[in-house]
Amino acid sequence: MSLRVLAVDDSRTMRDMIRMALMPAGFDVHLAEDGVHGIEVLDGLEPDAIITDINMPRMDGFGFIDAVRDQAEHRATPILVLTTESAPELKMRAREAGATGWIVKPFDPAKLVKALQMVAG
Amino acid sequence: MSDQNDPMAEIRASFFIECEELMEALQDGLQELDDGSEDPETINVVFRAVHSIKGGAGAFGLEALVRFAHRYETVLDEVRNGSLHPDSEAMKLFFLAADHLSDLVRACRDETDMDEATSEELLTRLDALLGEDGASEEVAPEEFEVQGLSLALDLPDMDGAEEDEADDTKLYTVRFKPEQELFATGNEPLMLLRNLCDLGEASVRCNFDDLPALSDLAPETPYVEWIIELRTDAAEPEIRDIFEFVDGLCELEITGPDASASEVSDIGATEAADTPPPVAASTDTAPAADADNAPLPVAPPAAPEPDPARPANVVAMGAKEAPAPEAAKEPEGDKKPGTPAAKSVVRVDLERIERLVNLVGELVINQAMLSQSLDEAGLSPHSDAMNGLEEFQRLTRDIQDSVMMIRAQPVKSLFQRMSRIVRESSAAVEKEVRLVTEGEATEVDKTVIERLADPLTHMIRNAVDHGLESSETREELGKARAGTVTLTAAHRSGRVIIEVADDGAGINRKRVHEIAVNKGLIAPEAQLSDSEIDNLLFLPGFSTAKQVSNLSGRGVGMDVVKTSIQSLGGRISINSEPGKGTTFSISLPLTLAVLDGMVVNVAEETLVLPLNVVVETLSLGSDDVQMLRPGNYVVRWRGGFVPLYDLGVMLGYRSHRKTDPGSIVLLIVLEDGSRAALVIDGIQDQRQVVIKGLDDSFYRAPGIAAATILGDGQIALILDPADVISGMGHIRGTDLMLSERKIANE
Repeated sequence: MSLRVLAVDDSRTMRDMIRMALMPAGFDVHLAEDGVHGIEVLDGLEPDAIITDINMPRMDGFGFIDAVRDQAEHRATPILVLTTESAPELKMRAREAGATGWIVKPFDPAKLVKALQMVAG
Repeated sequence: MSDQNDPMAEIRASFFIECEELMEALQDGLQELDDGSEDPETINVVFRAVHSIKGGAGAFGLEALVRFAHRYETVLDEVRNGSLHPDSEAMKLFFLAADHLSDLVRACRDETDMDEATSEELLTRLDALLGEDGASEEVAPEEFEVQGLSLALDLPDMDGAEEDEADDTKLYTVRFKPEQELFATGNEPLMLLRNLCDLGEASVRCNFDDLPALSDLAPETPYVEWIIELRTDAAEPEIRDIFEFVDGLCELEITGPDASASEVSDIGATEAADTPPPVAASTDTAPAADADNAPLPVAPPAAPEPDPARPANVVAMGAKEAPAPEAAKEPEGDKKPGTPAAKSVVRVDLERIERLVNLVGELVINQAMLSQSLDEAGLSPHSDAMNGLEEFQRLTRDIQDSVMMIRAQPVKSLFQRMSRIVRESSAAVEKEVRLVTEGEATEVDKTVIERLADPLTHMIRNAVDHGLESSETREELGKARAGTVTLTAAHRSGRVIIEVADDGAGINRKRVHEIAVNKGLIAPEAQLSDSEIDNLLFLPGFSTAKQVSNLSGRGVGMDVVKTSIQSLGGRISINSEPGKGTTFSISLPLTLAVLDGMVVNVAEETLVLPLNVVVETLSLGSDDVQMLRPGNYVVRWRGGFVPLYDLGVMLGYRSHRKTDPGSIVLLIVLEDGSRAALVIDGIQDQRQVVIKGLDDSFYRAPGIAAATILGDGQIALILDPADVISGMGHIRGTDLMLSERKIANE
């Protein structure tokens, strides 16, 4: 069964890259452009995992994770944060917001796939 | 490798398109900051733009770009978190850095050389803004490691652990006890255990000792721990990697054969001993995979309720609707979002659009032919066929407009490039200059925008260099120290008008006249009107700069500007007022493909005039025409006089002027407001015609803009009345024309 993934990033390039990395690996990829859009797309989607950027307009990654975790059905959905910084504070902040794990950009497609499989099976 | 089959190349191409949008947002944001915007979102937008460029650049291994963007971003981050308040010098530097960033992006895109020296210089200056903190930041570029990647389309090798289990295997004991936070972050012990098992041969045991009686069980508290005996050839770090995400969210002990028991990682959580007695939350090594089985908190906190103030429908906007995303953001009170994300874009090969445009052109011609043959068949105007035809016409026009829309783009990107030109050129001549832009949302055909860049650049440089006085002179004159250059775009009566205005000294007509005489462009005794003098600037070989400055003295004169505007089917005019400034107006056709025209007959020839210049048709009365001097006639019109020209004579169809009473005359108004009357033989029709450009192999006759195919298959020339008149009209016979010819002969 293919895993369904929701990826939220305001950069079209990044969204393209994520799609290109995941589609060939058999993921069912859904994309959103920022946190607010992500919440909209999430409605009725039931993804197996979520990937989100941090720096985004309208609603940033932290806000998005908060909002996702606030939904009862997504309390345990794995969320991976895409970050350009590997700074520990950022990781800690992401975790405090409820992120499951993180991927440092620029990501390697194989690593992204592996990370997703690690958190979502 | 063809671009179409290489997904990486596709993404790369779209990355550079995105970069353009990001650069636009960056420019906008900086401008707002410079204008004193207090909105925190503004700096966020600026930061994000640079950040996104860095992110994408990293993915493509564009190291120089990443390096520059990273350090630029570091400084912007300081501004964002409030520890740096940029003064006007810093803002200038930010603009310069943005310009350079855009250079780097282009260099990366075109794979040309990058200006490393400028990078270094700007980075040093940027770092200097950071003050003492800067020292620590300087190591950052090394930290941020660029890792180019190739996207292999085949499945990445997923299980890194199926190596031979022969000799190198070691036995590890892993003790793993999740804490509550582990579940709160969406981690799942089952997954971790599975990943662990993938490394080799594992036997998993679950320890229920802490499990309390059911009555004492707190549903969200984890009570169990797992002990895994793992036989693997993997090293300990590899095992530890599996627990990377839960580091600090669990108790983890890895005991290896060689290493002593590793540290217990437990950060700030309750000690195992303190944990209340056990019950089963999750048990054996293979619980159902559902998330439900994980100990889930029972009462979810208040539901998030997406902010109702935020509109729900901000998903995809047409790329051309630039203002739309702004509207959508209104509730947040944002002035300018500059978020490229809200644009939804389809990339289409320009060739396909060209093809569509051509086909629509054919459709228009075809419709005209059909209309003509129905007419000739003598059908009643109320017949179904004629009604249908009307509908057909309307649809054709709609299709045409829509197709033109595809190619239309707001001039904003062009104007932003000009703001850079102003910055650079004002710095070069050490003048303070402010650029004001108006009508950025005005849409113009993409090809026109591209081809306008060079002429506009030149005009802006001219305005800064020659138009504006030096800051000192301005102060002496009681003007504002900083000169203003205004760049305006607007749609006016079916054409696009772009104006470059400065508030400088205006054209020094006496000097222009002098120079023209000195250069032999006009005879010394020639009496020219103000506007004729102004137009001397457009003559080849004219340059007013006393000394060639390092800015405008590039051997390109206004004549080149004029030629390039004309090649776009446009015209350029000057309006200057001494002491107040000079305005150059470019008037361009809205589209390069279709024209509302008036079809007329002149000396057996069929010609087309743009309908928008024709304001009135007259029939000559016997005493309406008066001769000013031999060869120059005027016609009386509403109490005034308008110069009268015979199109047939001007175009060389006949030699004798036809100004008999009863002749038909078209009264036209040109962009500069001047009027002229053209004698023609008859009016055929008003209709849309498709502009067919004349090949370069045709001689470019003055006054002839293009050609078209009429409904009956006949070819007709399309006239540019302003060109006809300026080229052959009121200046003809003066010394100017003679000198022009003289230059041509030289």
